[in-house]
Formats: sequence, C-alpha cells, structure tokens
Amino acid sequence: MTTYYSEEHEWITVEGDIATIGITAHAAEQLGDIVFVDQKEEGDEFESGDEIGVIESVKAASEIFAPVDGEIIEANELLQSNPAALNENPEADAWIYKVKLSDPSQLEGLMDLAGYKTFIS
Amino acid sequence: MSDTPKRTALYDLHCALGGKMVDFAGWEMPVQYPMGIMGEHQHCRSKAALFDVSHMGQVLLHGANAAEKLEALVPAALSKLPEGKARYTFFTDDSGGIMDDLIVANAGDHLFLVVNASMRAQDIPHMKAHLKDVEVTEIFDRALIAVQGPSAQDVVASHCPQAAQLSFMQTCEALIDGTLCRISRLGYTGEDGYEISIPQAEAERITRLMLDHPDCAPAGLGARDSLRLEAGLCLYGNDITPDTSPIEAGLSWAIQKRRREEGGFPGAARIMAELEHGTARKLVGILPQGRAPARAGVEIQDQEGNAIGQITSGGFGPTVQAPVAMGYVHADHSAPGQELHLIIRGKPQPATVCALPFVSQNYKR
Repeated sequence: MTTYYSEEHEWITVEGDIATIGITAHAAEQLGDIVFVDQKEEGDEFESGDEIGVIESVKAASEIFAPVDGEIIEANELLQSNPAALNENPEADAWIYKVKLSDPSQLEGLMDLAGYKTFIS
Repeated sequence: MSDTPKRTALYDLHCALGGKMVDFAGWEMPVQYPMGIMGEHQHCRSKAALFDVSHMGQVLLHGANAAEKLEALVPAALSKLPEGKARYTFFTDDSGGIMDDLIVANAGDHLFLVVNASMRAQDIPHMKAHLKDVEVTEIFDRALIAVQGPSAQDVVASHCPQAAQLSFMQTCEALIDGTLCRISRLGYTGEDGYEISIPQAEAERITRLMLDHPDCAPAGLGARDSLRLEAGLCLYGNDITPDTSPIEAGLSWAIQKRRREEGGFPGAARIMAELEHGTARKLVGILPQGRAPARAGVEIQDQEGNAIGQITSGGFGPTVQAPVAMGYVHADHSAPGQELHLIIRGKPQPATVCALPFVSQNYKR
C-alpha cells in the first residue's frame, strides 16, 4: 500500500489497481469549515484533470480535480451526512472516493509524502 | 486603487491574533482567525465578536444645514434627525439605482457618515461636487471597530458606562479608558452592538481592552458576511447596486414619509412610482432545500424551467445550520412559500422563498 500526493492537495492510497482518494489535512485547513461535498456517482469515469466534485466551505466552493484517470467505484457516504468530517479526519475516515485506476503508471507523476511536505512548505 | 493593499491601525494585532489576511477592497483584512468562520459566527450570536471595520470610510460634514443639503443625494429624512441619532440610507443615482449604502449620524455640530470601503473613492467626490457650502472631510486618522452580540453591552460598558444608556441607532462621544471615542449602537450582524470610532494611536490599546473581556473574541470578514446574510441585510455590490432600486431591494422602510411624498432626491420619479405601483422584481430570502449552498450568480428558475432571477448573496448560515441565500425574482414568484429551482452546477435544486431575516434581529430598541 503506497500513498501519493498531488499538487491539487489530494492523497491517493493504492492497493493493486484500486485507489482511495481524499484531500490532505493541509487542504482541509485552508478550506476552513466544510459544509457540503458534491460527489460524483459510482460508475462515473474521469480523466486526470477532470473536475470530480466540489467541496463547499463557509467561505467558498472549491473543485476537486482528478489526479489520475479512472472510474468511481464508491463515493464516501459519510461526507453527505457529516461534511465536517473532512475537517476532522481528512486523511482517514473522510476519504472521498474509491476508484479503479485506468493507468497505474500515472502515479509516477505524483509526489511522495516528503515531496508533498516540501511542496506545501 | 494602488496595487499594494492598505493596512488598518489594527494590522499588527490581527497578525498577532493569528488572523488569515486577505485583500478586500484594497485593504489587507482578516477573513478569519484560528476559531474559524463558523465558530466566530456562533460566538457573535451567543456572546460578542469584535470586527475591525476601519477600512470603511468615516466622513464628517460641517456647515449650516448640512443635513438638509444631504437630502438632495439620499432619500432618508435627515433635516430633523435629532442630535445623537443615526439613520441608514443610500445614495441614489438619477435613474433610481443605488450608488452606495451608508449610515448618517447627527453628531451635534456636524454629521458623521460611514460609507463602504469600496465606494469611498466615489462617495467623497460625489458629496463634494453636490453639497454646496458643506465641508466634506474624509478622516484617515481614526480606526473603526464593531463589537456585536448579546454580550456587547457588557463588553463595552465595562469600559464606558455611557454605552449602556444608548439604544439602537443612538450615538454619543464618550471616554474609553481616557480616550475620547464616538460610540454608536448599531452594526450589521442582526445582533445588538456598537461601532466605535477610535483615534488611530489608541486603537490597538482599546481593542485589546475589549478583547480582554472573557465573552469577546475577534471575528473576521467571513463571519461578518454570514452574519449579515442571515440577518437579511444587503451587501453593497451584490444585493444592491446601481442596477437595483431601493424598492426592488425591499428598502422602502428606509425612505421616511415626508421624503416619499415630496421626493427631491436623485431618481425620485422612479422610486416614487415604484412605491405606488410596486416593482417587476423583488429581493427575497431563499432557503435551498438541500445542503448545497447557492452562491451569488446562481440562476433562479420557476418550476417550469423559466429563468426568473438570480442569487445575489448566498452561503451557509451557521445559525440556521443550512444554506441561505438572497436573490431577485419576478414579483409574481416572490411570496414566502413559493417553490423555485436553483441551477447549481447545471442541476436544478429545489428551494423555497422565505421571509427575511433568516434569524430574528436582537436590537436594543
């Protein structure tokens, strides 16, 4: 199991060709109090760079951009009942999607934790 | 406007308090502190929040009959406004649109005005051009803070007993810890509270005194916006603009009887006609039925899919615990209870027209 990070402040944890995607604690902190998450549905296919959802904070709406190509196999329902979970636990319980990767080689273009830490510092 | 945002006298204090600074109307202002917008909003509704509003324009009008002369630019009745009283009004243009909204207070030998930060550069020359033999002085050496919330009287009166004697929309000069300040019992949050004009050199000291009170916490522009939205108060540039008339915006309460009858302000012909016959569109409160906030610019449709208006302000209401919005709709769709659709990211979302404000106002009358 390996975790990658994108410049759009997402984390992607990969097991085989299945990945879990969420936003980083740094992103959640920047967004402020999150009040709604507009998620795509199971079966939706996307390419790297596509908008795959919107996070609404008290301040503003922020798009979620796909870090890789794939297909959504599960959207986390917790975020519908409790969007604030994204502030509390963005890198664990409050994941956003489970996806099936179309091209796992795209992961090589992402950062590891050390790289991401440098990126945000 | 210069590229480098200006700083208020409280800039260092905002940074020391952990304020997240943003450029707002050419000023570097805190959008929130570590408590966060939600927490600051709730704190204002339950205790007291302190806002720096020094970016707003403070203006003095001196000269004989200044109030009467100012009536030529605004539709409020000012000539008999008693000393120590303040009134909400707006500059109108010749076509009856709103150029800015402001507070006018009778400070005895002069009028004290507070105008929006973004419109200072328009309003001051506008008054100078049209108010004959009135000295228009924009003051740059005073900070302005707002202390708002049910504990505001406790907070302010603990350093200034006269503050407790003021009721809503009254103003006076009084000493706060030895410094002469102008204290006005008003604000823009829907809560009881004060705006305090303070000589710049003493601003941080007096602000810290207020913040020393256990009930008082600093709040930023984010909470200020969600508080005023829940209170149904218009934001200039969004809900009211040169393209909206005061009657469309539901501000006819701010045009007193004599002015409605006599006119004599810019755009009076349109505004008086609208008072008599109504308007084709109206600003209304809108409650989205789902959880998605509807922000400014969202299209409003009737249930048949016809475009009937646009959201002008919207977001999440921390006190309502749901999204809230305001927008203009055709008058025949403006009754509370009217079902609408809001087109959020291309998808129609159900919403209902509701009476403003979203939360009851807690002014001390």
